[in-house]
Amino acid sequence: MEYDQARWTTNDEYEPLLSEKNTEEVEVESSLPDELTRDSVELPELSEPELARHYTRLSQMNYGVDSGPYPLGSCTMKYNPKFTEDVAALPGAAVHPDRSDRSVQGSLALMAGLQDYLGRIGGMDAVSLQPPAGAAGEFAGILVAKAFHEANGENGQRKEIIVPDSAHGTNFASAALAGYDVVELPSAADGRVDLEALEAAAGDSTALFMLTNPNTLGLFERDIEEIADIVHDAGGLLYYDGANLNALLGQARPGDMGFDIMHYNVHKTFATPHGGGGPGAGPIGVTDELADFLPAPRVNDDNGKYELFDPEQSVGKVHGFQGNWLVLVKAYAYIARLGDEGLEDASAKAVLNANYLATQIEYEVPFGPFHHEFVASAGDQDAADVAKRMLDYGVHPPTTKWPEIVPEALMTEPTEIEGRETLDQLADAFNAVANEDDETLEAAPERTSAKRIDQTSAARDLRLSWQSLDEE
Amino acid sequence: MSGRNERGERGSPYAPHTAAETAAMLDAVGADDVTELFDIPESVAFDGEFGIDARTERETERHVEGMLARNEDLSEFLGRGHYEHYVPSLVDHISQRSEFLTSYTQYQPEITQGFLQVLFEYQSMLVELTGLGVVNASMYDHATALAEAALLAARVRQTSGDRVLVPEYILPERRDVLRNYTEGAGLSVETYGTEDGNVDADALEDAIDDEAVLVYAENPTTFGTIEENLEAVGELADDHDALFCLGTDPVALALLQEPEQVGADVVVGDAASLGLPTAYGMGLGLFATREDFVRQVPGRLVGASEDADDQRAYTLTLQTREQHIRKERATSNICTNQAWVALRTAIHAAYLGPSGLVDLANDCVSLATDLAARLDEVKGVQAPVHDRHHFREFVAHTDQPAKAVVEDLEAEGFAVHKIGEHHVQVCITDANEHAADALVAAFDEVA
Repeated sequence: MEYDQARWTTNDEYEPLLSEKNTEEVEVESSLPDELTRDSVELPELSEPELARHYTRLSQMNYGVDSGPYPLGSCTMKYNPKFTEDVAALPGAAVHPDRSDRSVQGSLALMAGLQDYLGRIGGMDAVSLQPPAGAAGEFAGILVAKAFHEANGENGQRKEIIVPDSAHGTNFASAALAGYDVVELPSAADGRVDLEALEAAAGDSTALFMLTNPNTLGLFERDIEEIADIVHDAGGLLYYDGANLNALLGQARPGDMGFDIMHYNVHKTFATPHGGGGPGAGPIGVTDELADFLPAPRVNDDNGKYELFDPEQSVGKVHGFQGNWLVLVKAYAYIARLGDEGLEDASAKAVLNANYLATQIEYEVPFGPFHHEFVASAGDQDAADVAKRMLDYGVHPPTTKWPEIVPEALMTEPTEIEGRETLDQLADAFNAVANEDDETLEAAPERTSAKRIDQTSAARDLRLSWQSLDEE
Repeated sequence: MSGRNERGERGSPYAPHTAAETAAMLDAVGADDVTELFDIPESVAFDGEFGIDARTERETERHVEGMLARNEDLSEFLGRGHYEHYVPSLVDHISQRSEFLTSYTQYQPEITQGFLQVLFEYQSMLVELTGLGVVNASMYDHATALAEAALLAARVRQTSGDRVLVPEYILPERRDVLRNYTEGAGLSVETYGTEDGNVDADALEDAIDDEAVLVYAENPTTFGTIEENLEAVGELADDHDALFCLGTDPVALALLQEPEQVGADVVVGDAASLGLPTAYGMGLGLFATREDFVRQVPGRLVGASEDADDQRAYTLTLQTREQHIRKERATSNICTNQAWVALRTAIHAAYLGPSGLVDLANDCVSLATDLAARLDEVKGVQAPVHDRHHFREFVAHTDQPAKAVVEDLEAEGFAVHKIGEHHVQVCITDANEHAADALVAAFDEVA
């Protein structure tokens, strides 16, 4: 595959900043007393055609799933159907969050429908759509666990959350945000949860064990029932991090495996665009005994008459309104489009693709068998350099250097959307880089909009606005 | 055709594999069937059905269309934290470009310069509007940005303390989110008094002590009043080594007192008042603060650097603050955030330019002032309740019970807030001003 990314330049500089094209300072005049207003505002002043060109050029200097393969492990970057954008742009979708329930029965029906879909897919009894991202879902889930222990009079003693060393950084950060101590659990030699270590870690002070299954190495935690027993016997709850749910649709459900709380990354599993890093949405599902603690509001379906309600012992709100609504609309439309067979097939093909690609690359791939992703080791090469060089082959590289339990990790998740030809191209890119010397890798990339960027100096000499550039 | 892909096979319409291709790939991995690749013990394998019928794209569109058609088409005069301004068509068209829409967080800057530059430009425009040097584009909404501001305050404050002071006019949901986010850090959220819709500086002086880590005020306030005591808030906070956090939005920032000038250490708000239409509450948390605190800032920051050709280029920076590196010692748990909304906000702000933005803000004052005066003429309505300057919205008193007034207005095709037994709140912007005459007539009918 041949690839050169657009590189727009003016006077040898890449596409100038808006401020460098034209800015104007206007004096502020108003009917208000002077002491309540500012003096002036200085901002770019450009015509619509000038802006259209500026942003179009910038878009051409950006890479998305529609540009090419994006096997960014754990991020689940898959094709976003276009019709969901049209659905989210329907006039009925644009309502104010303070509208009366009576006047927005359509929005509430969709939310009730999504609560129902997600409950069935996850094997969970009750769902709240409030959290605006996966990490916000984790945080909300932890609040639910805290409220549960509080109701049992055990909150004072249960101050710890156990997290495997291969877990997403958000698990650690969300636990800390909720005021918990984090107990990091070392993985066993096969990359899975070490049952003995878990047994030793779980006890009277355990509030929650947060687990991703399949885990970030792409491995299914086969001992999940024993894991659930250990955690439950210790009086703790089991949390499912939904980041990797794309590997399981129709094959297994967190609720059936003994998980008490889970979040869904609907932007990953249900193909809603990541938008350069968000918005996403992180609904959470729980078992019956935790339903009363869910974040507010939820939607109640009374024979087709819908209303928002606050669960009886709700932990309250983690977002000012109803979460990232437009993302929820897209997720609903995606699920409604695929149905049982489409969802099941998506996971099947995602798993097939990961296993196929893992067999086609020359880098060592420890552990296995894999679900939707695998972690290769770049060995003697620097994984970050491997990633930079892969850009020259027209593919987005995998996630690098994480999880740390694989040296120079290349965490790769092709998802179900790639056919064999693209997977072979990806493998060719991996294999070409695997046989290149460090000098070539360190000089990469050459064919992208910008050449290798000095990230160290960006952190040392902070320039976070065009104003800071002017000061130089 | 229901549920079949373009080849007439059942399955995901977005998985391109032909049957022959699947067979060849299975052969390569040494399996007879895809199910063999799933390493799931039988005891937990799912053998049931979700019971979700597949639909064609057209069927799905019609299904959701039918559902959303149940929403009544009301003229919304609603605000209270979620505002609609007319969004220029350019914003939709550019933000739907798939290179932006279908990309991920910019972990590989060389191939994501476009988005990084947009975020850098977003940061820069908010630096201009707030007067503060550091802006992120990562918060979910106003409420969560406020919560992160309190956590930032607790981290950067030299001495210990656990009190977060918020005004009586704060929205209950903002207070709720703030409490949820800060409880784990051992902070307590307390309310101080207000007077006629604005901060009561004497009440704040009584409430504040050296245990306060953050003092919060808004401009405009939740009631739409323009706050007149910001400098006093800034001074009181400063006297007690507490941070002053100002809640606002980019439209208001174009006109009202510059936050930096009144001593604000952090500015929060909903920046999606530019860029997003009503979206049932989805927003973009605005977050700006002083450069001294940059290493304690939550969320993603874009910085300028150079590439191997010595050309200016952009990259995410100070990532060692973030959860994917710092884990439980990170400044926040943010990962997926609101980048695409920031893109829309940036385009909208650039589209308006300085004159357009100031004009829009001035309209927010005059439209609210005029509408309040017209409603005041209606028998049974007194508006505005607060003897203040207003921005976008105001509270009105109704002689009839507010519940009845709001319900009757809804029957006439209008939505306003009910905020008390005899109080309603009305919000007007460029997006709904065309319906102002009809609203006044409807009030005349029902009040």
